[in-house]
Amino acid sequence: MEILLSLLIGLLVAASVYLMLARNVLRFLFGLVLLSNAANLIIFVAGRLTPEAPSLVPEGYSAPPELVANALPQALVLTAIVIGFGLFAFALVLVYRGYQSLGTLDSDVMRVAEPLAEKASSPKAELEVKGL
Amino acid sequence: MNSLILSAATRILVGLMLLFSVYMLIRGHNEPGGGFIGGLLATIGIVLYAISHGVAAAREALRLDPLSIAMGGLGMALFAGIMAVFFNDAFFSGQWAFPFAEGDDKGFPISTVLLFDIGVYLVVVGAVLSIVLGLEEEV
Amino acid sequence: MGNPDHRDNAGDAKSVTTKVQPSIGVGWVSALVPFALAILFVTFLPAIASGERLRFAYEWVPSLGINLTFLIDGLSLTFALLITGIGAVVALYSSVTLAGHLHYWRFVFYLLFFMFSMLGLVLADNLITLFVFWELTSVSSYLLIGFNHSSAKARRSALQALLVTGGGGLALLAGFILMGSAAGTFELSEIIASGDAIRDHALYVPIFFLVLAGAFTKSAQVPFHFWLPNAMAAPTPVSAYLHSATMVKAGIYLLARMHPALSGTDLWLWTLTVFGAATAVFASILALRQTDLKLALAYTTLMALGTLTMFLGSGATIAIAAAVTFLIVHSFYKAALFLIVGIIDYGTGTRETAQLGGLARAMPVTAVAAAAAALSMAGFPPFLGFIGKELKYEGALAVASEPLFVASAAVLANALMVAVAGIVALKPFYGHRLETPKLPQEAPFLMWIGPIGLAVLGLVFGLMPGLISGSLVQPAVTAIAGQPETVKLALWHGLNLPLLLSVLTFALGIAFYLGHGKLRSFLVRVEERLPASADELWDRFLDALKGGAAWQTRVLQGGILRRYLFIVFATLAVGGGVTLYVTGAARWPSVWPDFTIKHLLVIGLIAGGAVMTVFSISRLAAICALGVVGMGVALIFVIFGAPDVAITQLLVETLVVILVSVVMLRLPQLERDPMKGGRILDAALALAVGAVVTVILISVLDTPLDRSITAYFEDKSLPEAFGRNIVNVILVDFRALDTFGEIAVVAVAALGAFVLLKGTGKAKKP
Repeated sequence: MEILLSLLIGLLVAASVYLMLARNVLRFLFGLVLLSNAANLIIFVAGRLTPEAPSLVPEGYSAPPELVANALPQALVLTAIVIGFGLFAFALVLVYRGYQSLGTLDSDVMRVAEPLAEKASSPKAELEVKGL
Repeated sequence: MNSLILSAATRILVGLMLLFSVYMLIRGHNEPGGGFIGGLLATIGIVLYAISHGVAAAREALRLDPLSIAMGGLGMALFAGIMAVFFNDAFFSGQWAFPFAEGDDKGFPISTVLLFDIGVYLVVVGAVLSIVLGLEEEV
Repeated sequence: MGNPDHRDNAGDAKSVTTKVQPSIGVGWVSALVPFALAILFVTFLPAIASGERLRFAYEWVPSLGINLTFLIDGLSLTFALLITGIGAVVALYSSVTLAGHLHYWRFVFYLLFFMFSMLGLVLADNLITLFVFWELTSVSSYLLIGFNHSSAKARRSALQALLVTGGGGLALLAGFILMGSAAGTFELSEIIASGDAIRDHALYVPIFFLVLAGAFTKSAQVPFHFWLPNAMAAPTPVSAYLHSATMVKAGIYLLARMHPALSGTDLWLWTLTVFGAATAVFASILALRQTDLKLALAYTTLMALGTLTMFLGSGATIAIAAAVTFLIVHSFYKAALFLIVGIIDYGTGTRETAQLGGLARAMPVTAVAAAAAALSMAGFPPFLGFIGKELKYEGALAVASEPLFVASAAVLANALMVAVAGIVALKPFYGHRLETPKLPQEAPFLMWIGPIGLAVLGLVFGLMPGLISGSLVQPAVTAIAGQPETVKLALWHGLNLPLLLSVLTFALGIAFYLGHGKLRSFLVRVEERLPASADELWDRFLDALKGGAAWQTRVLQGGILRRYLFIVFATLAVGGGVTLYVTGAARWPSVWPDFTIKHLLVIGLIAGGAVMTVFSISRLAAICALGVVGMGVALIFVIFGAPDVAITQLLVETLVVILVSVVMLRLPQLERDPMKGGRILDAALALAVGAVVTVILISVLDTPLDRSITAYFEDKSLPEAFGRNIVNVILVDFRALDTFGEIAVVAVAALGAFVLLKGTGKAKKP
């Protein structure tokens, strides 16, 4: 089963990379969601799979009597899910705001912070490069 | 959204969800649940309320600004961590007290760990609500 | 009031002078601090003279062997006295020249900051402490050189000095760390005691060159000499202080301090001798070429530094004694001469030799001070300079390997020095009276008292060398040599070879002085033929560096999001793939999977969702497909015993759908994204990244898992943390600090979104 999941994770990663390389930032966002799912699965699978044995301590015992699921990656994944959601929500607001201000979802056209190279080679910029 | 059924149903549903979220929070130490899950549940309940009754009504029902709730939760979690210092322990070591304990019965345990989990709960509720309500207002 | 120190920046110096007068006491207070410290250091003299070494230690980072330890021995005391003594003179002097300057307070702060850094440097007995102070001197001298910050020239010079000395400082840090690991300690006094261990260590050569890079850049040895003349953009008292008496001597101090640990090898001998001699001769020739008095002095400073380096190259006691004596001599006369040039500038409004002459009548006190300092510089008896020069020749002849080379370099440099002394101190004061921009007048008392004092000291110590030979020179030589040495200074050494060389020097020097007009025009012609000066090469180097940075920024960070991502993912694919291939870490599973229909269904669900997300051209369909993937992942968590994670995943999926559907209403439809052109490359990269991740994961799964941490949590969860849900206990108790960090991230994300939504105030509704 681990092998199959590894292949599945590879597929998820490939899909998310392809989406993130798209020009449309909405597709980028979908890729981001897929990528965080894939990352969570990687952590979870790397801690090995233990079918249907939650890592709980039963009544009357001081520790789990038999092998239970690995609790450590679960704790990691749990917070990763919430943080991933926080990141996604922020990115979504960013995309929304960007569309409102710039009127486009095409990341190639969004060049407010880093304008095109032609503009950068103005005389003033050249002076700065020379340190004058 | 103008749906009589939805708005009537949410009145009961939201209360139940909030109650359930607190239940999930408190039982989390021994069974599946905890601050993250409880917080997400509560958030969804309030979002449901905002969808049916409007964001303004939801904000009014909250009384506090969601961001203030988040920051308050963060402060509470930090406070729970600092508490350990007063008991001469390392930062973020859990401190427990067992009032009414008799023999094996743990009585009514209270701990900084619970305080911390409540802080997590509040941060999740406040942060997520702040984003969702803010976006809904925009639209 | 005119401010002559800013004259060379005349174009833009207007703004810095105002009518603000500092309270009259500032100058005295600023001079009092170094003066009091100088007195304090004088009280250490008897103890040091009797061969003691005083050590003060405070723990700083004891676990790394970094301590605030300070050592007072002959060497550090000599430097400390020079730093504080000349510091007091300079502070007094600048209270006049910079009076009324808008930033006079700032200047005083910089000056004292520099002085304390320098003191820390020479007193430190721990490599790291020394390095920290070393860098502080770079920073404070940057501030001082760039004090006239409205002048582009001053800013450039300051930056150049900072970059050159800072670059050397980095090399020095590396050298110190290597040295510390070679010696097993960062304490200087212990390292010095274990010199043989370092010389025999495999890392000796890298240590040597790294430490030397630091010393040579700081002390402006060829080919790093160019920053020092440029640093003359600083106010004249600063030049007198930093670039003659103190900062540039830090490199010399370092060489002297490291002498017991690093010297004695052929590498040390030859490198120091050759570079020192080259610097000395090169700088003396260039000094003759200058027409600006201050620049001429700057080049003679280079000459002095070269000479000192050359003599430290040798291990002979007499050579070290020559270096120490010359160090003291040079500090006295050079500080005095710089201050005198400042007085000339202040009184006449110019520093050009061609415009100066016959000032002795108008500035009698200054003329006397200049004459005394210049005689010491030229090495005439009975000044201390004479003793220094005699010792130099003796030392040069004592160098075992190449006495002829060292001696002729010393004679040539000294002869040129005599000529420069004449140009600086003789020519402006005697001969025909020339027209100057301002009517010459004598400087106020506070300005000439310093130069006179320093010049008189040069004479007093020359007549009575016993005053310093036992108390300072001998302990310093002992510290440099690393073993007890006896040094006697005397004015009269008898009729011997050094005296003959002295006579030769004077003859040559006077010839150079008389012919310096012709020599200068010859040098100017030579200079015009040269392809580029070191200063220009430096500019080209900086331009190339900036050009390279701009180029790689253009290529790697062109401002297009998907290019950035492409580079990141390509690095991941190539780096991961190559590492897997080269290390042979890639493995194929030893056992084939066992799975049930249930598992297959879930996997099929997720895979289908992912593929649909990629190819969907409808937003709604894509969101639904994403939801399918999320639910499928939640199912995997359920199947493999992670109920907490599964619940969280489901709730988050719900919120994602709510959020996305809220926002989608305001965003346009997706356009088609046909797979052609660059997208085919994207697809190939995506598949490569996916494959690399899969192989890495399979390899990870094929290695045994260390469950000890999980086992610890399982054992302690109930007994110590009173919780049965181990996942939750990890979150809120065992790793609560991590969780705290994570909820802080969530809160910050909410804050950021809040600012984006509410904070901008514009483009509320398009």
